[in-house]
Amino acid sequence: MIHALDEAAERLGLHIGQPLANARAMCPDLKVFDADVVADAKTLSDIADWCDRFTPLVALDPPHGLFLDITGCAHLFGGEAALLRTLVLALGRQGFAVSAAIAGTSVCARTLTRQATGIIVADGEEAAAIDRFPVSALGADETITTGLRRAGLKTIGDVASRAPSEITARFGARFSTLLAHALGQGDAPISPRKPLPDYIVEKRFAEPIATDTMIAMTLSRLADTLIASMEKQGKGARRLEAAFFRTDGVVRAIMVETGRPVTQSKVIDRLFRERLDALADPLDPGFGFDVVRLSASRTEIVVQEQRDLDAHVHDNDELAALIDRIAARIGGKRVVVHLPQDTHIPEQAVLAVPAQHHLAVAMQAEWPARVESEPPLRPLRLFDKPEPVTVPFATVPDGPPHQFTWRRAKHAVVRVEGPERIAMEWWRQDGKQLTRDYFRIEDAEGLRFWIFRDGLYEGEVFDADGKSAPPRWYVHGLFA
Amino acid sequence: MSARMSALATLRSQIERIETAEVVHHQGRIALGHSEVDRALKGGLARAAIHEVFCAGSQGAAATGFVTGLAGRVTAQRPLLWVRQDFSERETGALSMSGLAELGLDPRLMVMVRATDVESALRTSADALACDALGAVVLELWGETRQFDLVASRKLTLAAQSSGVTGLLLRMAAQPLPSTAETRWMLRAAHSPPGSAWDAWGAPRFDVELLRNRHGPCGRWIMEWKCDECQFSEPSAYPQPVAAAPAYRPDPAVFQRAG
Repeated sequence: MIHALDEAAERLGLHIGQPLANARAMCPDLKVFDADVVADAKTLSDIADWCDRFTPLVALDPPHGLFLDITGCAHLFGGEAALLRTLVLALGRQGFAVSAAIAGTSVCARTLTRQATGIIVADGEEAAAIDRFPVSALGADETITTGLRRAGLKTIGDVASRAPSEITARFGARFSTLLAHALGQGDAPISPRKPLPDYIVEKRFAEPIATDTMIAMTLSRLADTLIASMEKQGKGARRLEAAFFRTDGVVRAIMVETGRPVTQSKVIDRLFRERLDALADPLDPGFGFDVVRLSASRTEIVVQEQRDLDAHVHDNDELAALIDRIAARIGGKRVVVHLPQDTHIPEQAVLAVPAQHHLAVAMQAEWPARVESEPPLRPLRLFDKPEPVTVPFATVPDGPPHQFTWRRAKHAVVRVEGPERIAMEWWRQDGKQLTRDYFRIEDAEGLRFWIFRDGLYEGEVFDADGKSAPPRWYVHGLFA
Repeated sequence: MSARMSALATLRSQIERIETAEVVHHQGRIALGHSEVDRALKGGLARAAIHEVFCAGSQGAAATGFVTGLAGRVTAQRPLLWVRQDFSERETGALSMSGLAELGLDPRLMVMVRATDVESALRTSADALACDALGAVVLELWGETRQFDLVASRKLTLAAQSSGVTGLLLRMAAQPLPSTAETRWMLRAAHSPPGSAWDAWGAPRFDVELLRNRHGPCGRWIMEWKCDECQFSEPSAYPQPVAAAPAYRPDPAVFQRAG
């Protein structure tokens, strides 16, 4: 089957969906390449990235279309016509065959591109512009297009001249809505790939920049501008994105998140420096960047705190700033604080959460109080997955082992305290685990272990035949 | 001749300045609670400096306990930043906040950084040591590392001196190497005090060897951590005081049982 074809092939009379054997029969020296849908989608998304330089609202129209909402952007590029020319020329230079149009509604613009390129339709003239086009340009289902043609409605003008109720009755409401949108009556909303940032500042260069110092300087200048415009509205940035548009079309976006709203440009500057330093694949300027954009995609209203003589407020700010810097370098999920959980199961008793977002909560968390004048009941180091140990025998069936082998080393048990029985949570969905009997154990060298028997003796553990089997032992943690 | 003399004099004065600069920063010392150790340390553990704690691979938990104790002494209700490699979690288990609370420390003040490799762990700790909002920074490394050399160690020391934050290095399964640390310790787990009770043991006990001390003598002691008071102390004969039972002799009760 033919998936796509170029203009020369189209002129020969081949069409999409035709079996390859038929096509070969019509044109024996046909050049054929395997279709790669994934690579196509990737290319389309790369082009969409590049189109970000014209407007932040870019939507995909698969398999090979893009919508750009240029409301309020066109004047930056010298008007609609100039923008269209720039875009088509630039993409053409990259080797793409482009068909572009500007219209009041997205469906109308798409209909225009199917027939011609470079058309600009003013508001209210949509119907006149697409009047003469064949119905196939609407892009409706094959059955509808054929049906329209059979009914003698060859052009969009023919269809539009009919009463909408007739069209709806024959071809369904979806088609009549599509037709109405194409004629400029109402519009289908496009769904942009990225949410619109709250603030955007950018810098364009006639001469592309490539050196690190220039990039750093540009970023810090952009940060100043961004902060100035946010300050007017009392906002601070929580998430920032720097996008670097390379002259050859590649776009690299770098994101930085912060724990509390940033209101100082030097903080932004430092965060980006940390992030750029730590990139696994460094920023490659190639032939240089011609646009650098800094946007704040999440902002918050900054509450000006009253500074008192208490140094704690200041300390917390500094700690949050430090956490932001570390997170910018190694990733937000790698800096964690801990929250106590309401459960007795040791491995689930503590939840590690990103420090950037939960620092304040974690600082106020209520931890269970320890029992006074008792030795530690929980180990200092806990294994994520309990490690199995072999226990040769236990003198008392229900009691602790006298020796055990862990990581190929034998440990003779010198002191034991326990058992502490921890039953699993049967009321939970995943609670059908075995009851554990924990023992605190000291061996001959003075090492302290937290080991448990998984399952009650004779009663919970069964082998394949349904007979009760000896329960297994695990090391779960190590005491100091 | 005179030129050489004056050059020498200049060098001497420079050295003097460097030395006094260091002394100025060593104003704060925190008593650990063990009188002999505090005497050897001239009053306690120096703040604004780096302290290294080494241990063998199997003694990781004991060394962690000791470092936690030191951190508990020096932080004084300020946040503690704990930087560790992903790898060490697999070897000796993750630091448990419940266990930390059991030792008398506050898990609310703990911020944990999980670094992927030694370089980023070192860089993060150097950064953190320069932030004076912290009480202490613990850097936990597993195994021998090429990256932690004299230069890296000097960087950490300078950062600690400028900010006044104490840096604690937990080096598990590693051999001590020259560094700019103020003190260097070798840790082993110590037995619970010998007693008749087979089913009773008490507070965490450490067999502590002070290998290097820039401003005092070295030595080897048994230290016990008091969870309630949040300080170290001399080993007690807890739980049942048994008269004159020397440490390091196996418990006779055990032999009877095992035999």
